[in-house]
Amino acid sequence: MSNNILTKRIEAARAAGRLALIPFLPAGYPNKDRFWDEIDGLDASGADVIEIGMPFSDPVADGPVVEHASLKCLDVGVNLKWIISGLAARKGRYKAGLVLMGYLNPVLQYGLEAFARDAASAGVHGVILADVPHEEADVVRAAFDPHGLALIPLVGLNTTPSRMALYGNNAQGFAYFVSVLGTTGVRSQFDTGLPPQVREGLTHAKAAFPVPVALGFGLKHPDQLKDLAGLVDAAVFGSALIKHIDQGGDAKGFMKVWK
Amino acid sequence: MKKGYFGDFGGQFVPELLMPPLLELEEAMERILPSKEFQDELKSELTHFVGRPTALTFCPNLSAKLGVKLWLKREDLAHGGAHKVNNTIGQALLAKKLGKKRLLAETGAGQHGVASALAAARLGLECTIYMGATDVERQSLNVRRMRLFGAEVVPVESGTKTLKDAINAALRAWIAEQQTTHYCFGTAAGPHPFPLLVRELQAVISREARAQMLDQAGCLPDYVVACVGGGSNAIGAFNEFVPDAKVKLVGVEAAGSGKPGDWHSAPLSKEGSPGVLHGMRTQLIQTIEGQIQPSHSIAPGLDYPGVGPEHAAYQASGRATYVSVTDDVALDAFVDLSRHEGIMPALESSHALGWVIKNAASLEPGAHVVVCLSGRGDKDLDIVNDYLARKA
Repeated sequence: MSNNILTKRIEAARAAGRLALIPFLPAGYPNKDRFWDEIDGLDASGADVIEIGMPFSDPVADGPVVEHASLKCLDVGVNLKWIISGLAARKGRYKAGLVLMGYLNPVLQYGLEAFARDAASAGVHGVILADVPHEEADVVRAAFDPHGLALIPLVGLNTTPSRMALYGNNAQGFAYFVSVLGTTGVRSQFDTGLPPQVREGLTHAKAAFPVPVALGFGLKHPDQLKDLAGLVDAAVFGSALIKHIDQGGDAKGFMKVWK
Repeated sequence: MKKGYFGDFGGQFVPELLMPPLLELEEAMERILPSKEFQDELKSELTHFVGRPTALTFCPNLSAKLGVKLWLKREDLAHGGAHKVNNTIGQALLAKKLGKKRLLAETGAGQHGVASALAAARLGLECTIYMGATDVERQSLNVRRMRLFGAEVVPVESGTKTLKDAINAALRAWIAEQQTTHYCFGTAAGPHPFPLLVRELQAVISREARAQMLDQAGCLPDYVVACVGGGSNAIGAFNEFVPDAKVKLVGVEAAGSGKPGDWHSAPLSKEGSPGVLHGMRTQLIQTIEGQIQPSHSIAPGLDYPGVGPEHAAYQASGRATYVSVTDDVALDAFVDLSRHEGIMPALESSHALGWVIKNAASLEPGAHVVVCLSGRGDKDLDIVNDYLARKA
């Protein structure tokens, strides 16, 4: 079992008899100043883990809501230095575990080793790189491991049990299970409950991973969480939070509904 | 060497959700592609539908002018007017063997979109083409051709609304539709196995050209020159000559306007650096922070901020040399070939030709130079007429 803080935060939620909540917000959204207020808000209102998006010009795993928000952040000059130095300045302030989520190229250009060192020392516990599958993960893990930074695997409905096992063998922190064959974004297909193939995929994932499993992509309403009890340890929401902010809301108001 | 790598370049940098269809394709490539049944069907399509072999044409007038022996490998004569169909007809056949009902493809200028649409029509597959909204507007003739062949053309409104965003959109669509759909990637780039698959299908260019040179000239060429955007015509033109150490391979990228500060499409020969985009590690035009920069060329088919990984590897090993020429050099070559030889080259191919014309004096006198004429230039007439009017 992973000793990573992310694992511990999610386990603690489970011990308290609830799903862990993992909100996602692109770094610098809705603007550079308010972003940090929203992170404070998420932390204060019970987020167990907070995922911060690292913007990239070509986000192939993201749907239109997250892509649009990320590109807006890029336009105002958000970059890895801004994110990491902002977190470093606030180190020790958050109860929640911290995860950075994005794509490999900006991390490569920062330097894998330098990124691992700086992110870990700024208080980041794990990283999701959407375009690093098992086949390409060795180099990344070799850079992250010495700093205790978890490389969080991302699997989905079409991940076979044998591939799930490949990820399970190396998993740290938690595993991210993508609920749809598609990109990020809310899905109306969940309005009538959890599709049977998601249930089946989650059962495989729970068996394959020695770390907690989080469900993401497509969640839009807290009622959906009831269906997940016992199948999954945590729920991730990104697009729904961005939309809530776009409609004039804030993180605290958003979390109130989900908590 | 690691699977799917050419030296330090290549790989499979995609979300796990795309690994199953890539592994399926890899398996199909190893099992189906070399089979006699597949090769016979492919050969039949290449002969009777595509019109292969394409000619190797000696250019007497330009040769006399330049002091080298200039040969053109005439991919402009392939069905659809470019080399793109060599790839799409092969991938469409493969898709049918895999039981896929539909092709999806990205396109920039529209040449690969047209080649995908006509291959799909030929083989009874549905076809969806993702194309940047900007490109849909400026390449309306090709959009009409695709629609006539029965393809659905989806304008992509995200990012820079050009080729790189069309690839992003196509990759996203493939995640959702992988069970029924084959992604017919247009160039020798992207995640493994695409660079290998596209090279295998385009290698017919150099297989023919090598035999034609031995037959028509009685020797191998001294130079093989091809334009490089993603690099599929170039990898096809180089492949069979790679073991012939004396044959110099030259890839010509698009330098754009050549003015300082303007965008270009030359990650190998100008300011590129290694990075990861569209599933591959390769040379990219990017910021120091790893954000992909816009590219530009007057030749829409070269307008791409990356390049196929095998080219990046050939540059690193020194087996091929990569250079660039500006828009104006290509435009002049377009006019020269039309006027002196009665052949109108695509603006993409005009880059390769332009490099030869510009540098002929520094090549060995009498050297045999094969230029891959990757496509015909009808599609570029408006751009060229504007240029001539400006010059007059």
